[in-house]
Amino acid sequence: MAQDSGNRSFDLKAMLRDERFWKIAFQVITLAVVVALASFFIGNLTRNMAQQGRVFGFSFLLNQAGFSIGESLIQYRPNDPYWKALTVGLSNTISLVAAGIVLTTLLGVAAGVTSFSKNWLLFKLSRSYVGLVRNIPLLLQLFFWYFAIYGMLPNPANQLELLGIAFLNNRGVYIPWASSAGLALLGIAATVLAAIAAIYLWQWRIKVRVETGTGGQQQLVALGLLGVMLIGLLTLGIDWTIPTGIDGGGVSGGLRLSREYVAALSALVFYTAAFVAEIVRAGIQSVSKGQWEAAHALGLKASAVMQLVVFPQALRVIIPPMNSEYMNLTKNTSLAFAIAFPEMYSVATTTYNQTGRPVEVFLVLIATYLLICLLITLVMNQLNRAVQFKER
Amino acid sequence: MTTVTPDSLSSTRPEVVGLSPWAWAKKNLFSDWFNSLLTVVLVTILGWLIFRLANWALTTAQWQVIPNNVGLFMTGTYPSSLYARVWALLAMICLLAGLSWGVLSRNLSTLFSRNVLIGIGAICAFIVLFPPTRPSSLKLLPMVAMVAGMAAIGRQAGRQRPGIGKWVSLLWFLSYFVALWLIGGGLGLTPVSTNDWGGLMLTLLAAVSGIALCFPLGLMLALGRRSALPVVRWLSTAYIEVVRGVPLVAFLFMGQVLIPLFLPAGTRPDRILRAIIALALFSAAYLAENVRAGLQAVPRGQREAAMSLGLNTPTTLGLIILPQALKIAIPAIVGQFISLFQDTTLLAIVGLAELLGIGRSILANPSYLGRYAEVYLFLGVIYWFFCYAMSLASRKIEDKLNTDER
Repeated sequence: MAQDSGNRSFDLKAMLRDERFWKIAFQVITLAVVVALASFFIGNLTRNMAQQGRVFGFSFLLNQAGFSIGESLIQYRPNDPYWKALTVGLSNTISLVAAGIVLTTLLGVAAGVTSFSKNWLLFKLSRSYVGLVRNIPLLLQLFFWYFAIYGMLPNPANQLELLGIAFLNNRGVYIPWASSAGLALLGIAATVLAAIAAIYLWQWRIKVRVETGTGGQQQLVALGLLGVMLIGLLTLGIDWTIPTGIDGGGVSGGLRLSREYVAALSALVFYTAAFVAEIVRAGIQSVSKGQWEAAHALGLKASAVMQLVVFPQALRVIIPPMNSEYMNLTKNTSLAFAIAFPEMYSVATTTYNQTGRPVEVFLVLIATYLLICLLITLVMNQLNRAVQFKER
Repeated sequence: MTTVTPDSLSSTRPEVVGLSPWAWAKKNLFSDWFNSLLTVVLVTILGWLIFRLANWALTTAQWQVIPNNVGLFMTGTYPSSLYARVWALLAMICLLAGLSWGVLSRNLSTLFSRNVLIGIGAICAFIVLFPPTRPSSLKLLPMVAMVAGMAAIGRQAGRQRPGIGKWVSLLWFLSYFVALWLIGGGLGLTPVSTNDWGGLMLTLLAAVSGIALCFPLGLMLALGRRSALPVVRWLSTAYIEVVRGVPLVAFLFMGQVLIPLFLPAGTRPDRILRAIIALALFSAAYLAENVRAGLQAVPRGQREAAMSLGLNTPTTLGLIILPQALKIAIPAIVGQFISLFQDTTLLAIVGLAELLGIGRSILANPSYLGRYAEVYLFLGVIYWFFCYAMSLASRKIEDKLNTDER
């Protein structure tokens, strides 16, 4: 402190009344408490670990895992190392997150928009869905989907057939899929790229039409061509295998989505979409009434009012909270462990049980989820920048 | 000073002009061809679903699993010879609830208005008719009577002593410790191991304890994150961001494993305590963000005005900033409490027999094999009831505190 270094008029009372002194003292005390607590905890930790004869380190990740994993997107054998097993868990988590985000967005936006429907039945349906699902714990819903809905489907011998291309039984859901993983990836990549290209083409078309007052024909043709190419690629380029029922039960061909995966996906999507619906609803409500009225006065149809005037403005309110919903979805995939879906958390628990290294496994787990959440945030920030008002 | 609420204001609302059912349907269901089609399709699908559900509920479903296990659902494996203590606990809560209701509604002209009487009647009818409550309906009916009686007393007391609200809050605070004593025993009562605490009782205990712990912690973190002191700000921000990036299951499960590792060898806090601490530490980070949003919504001028009046930082926060910030943040805070309540289900995963956990162990009993839908629907109704009640209460508080002319 300035006062005690040679200053003759040192006055303890004045110092105690000085807020600057307290600001520094408070920080020093906080830091001291945190450091003391941390050293207490870490000291105990090292002592406890030394007692059990263990040294902190991640080299155990290279040891042989020795446990099998029910389903995996990448090649995995029980004699692979732990890091490989954790990667399998991560890939399962990511497949749940990716499908979850797409379906949640679709269902959530639909439920949010229909809460403005003029149809009383649809409006009530949307509101009661949100009111019901938001007030029941996700874990309970997960068990309900897994045991009471998918678990009560008929056994493979009496399986249900949907339109001749999909099958449902109590082992899972069978859908048409590309014959190899590479082709499936190609199809998904092509669809995503085409969607991005279509968005840019559409924006270009609007820009051209706004600037020149006419035209936009070429862009429309380009859009059409893009669509035809994508459909052609998806129907012919990917070697589809369609599941077929076997006499006496069972299914061959197609893609089997395990009962665990489908139940986890259903629960996550229905739960998160209710929150998304509320976000969408709040976003649409934030658009001032004058915008609706002006659009109606211009003679736009009800659907065009929503599409062209209200929704684009609502998006800037909707996007930021969506980020945290997607992050919640990501973190909630860890609950799938309760129905034995081998996602990241489940594999991590098995790893901890076998190696007895809770601290290291916990750190790996934190790092993984933080990384996924960070990625989502990055993408959402880009999206957010795109929809914000371009003000002069 | 007494505030006079003009009764005439509320009764001058324009009367709603009722539409005839036919006109109503035409306006809301069949306004154009698309709407009509939508209505027909929805009615078909919903009708089919409701028919299937009713069919299942009335013919296939075997509901005996619920009435046969009411004791388990409510209190877990709590020894049935000590149920009197649980009843005493319930009676205490009913007395206090009635008292608070009376004190809060002391300004109403009639406490037992028509709607309230209908509500009480419906609850009594439900208690008498609903099978799971039937064995104990003789004890539940006096509870309802106690709530009503205490409400009348509380209203009288509230009118005579306006400052009684503080004492009621103090009673609630003390009742928490009485509740712990009644459940856990000791001090003259037979001790009950925490392994036998369970069911709805444990769910509510965990939720209340979690809320009570996470609120002050969340408040401190939020203030820390908004603080001008860099060390405090960095530490709070780091804590909030790291905790918000971790799934709760990981936090809870590893909490069970890591908390003993972080403490001196041999100290091992109780399982339930560890779970509640993990739950509170987790929720505090989310709560801090809600409170921070409230803090940010308080105009800068408020702080500057307080400072220029000569208030120091603690008094500025306590008297000027926090009251306004918390009022703004109430909906979000209650939302966080609701998700904390829902998160108590995760205690089932770490092996505690709270409501969902006891449901799972009942389902593991061979005589109730496959009764998933019945049990989970019953649990869903209980959770829904509590969460809905909380959000309803939050809306009431919000209305009451909303002093703006918006």
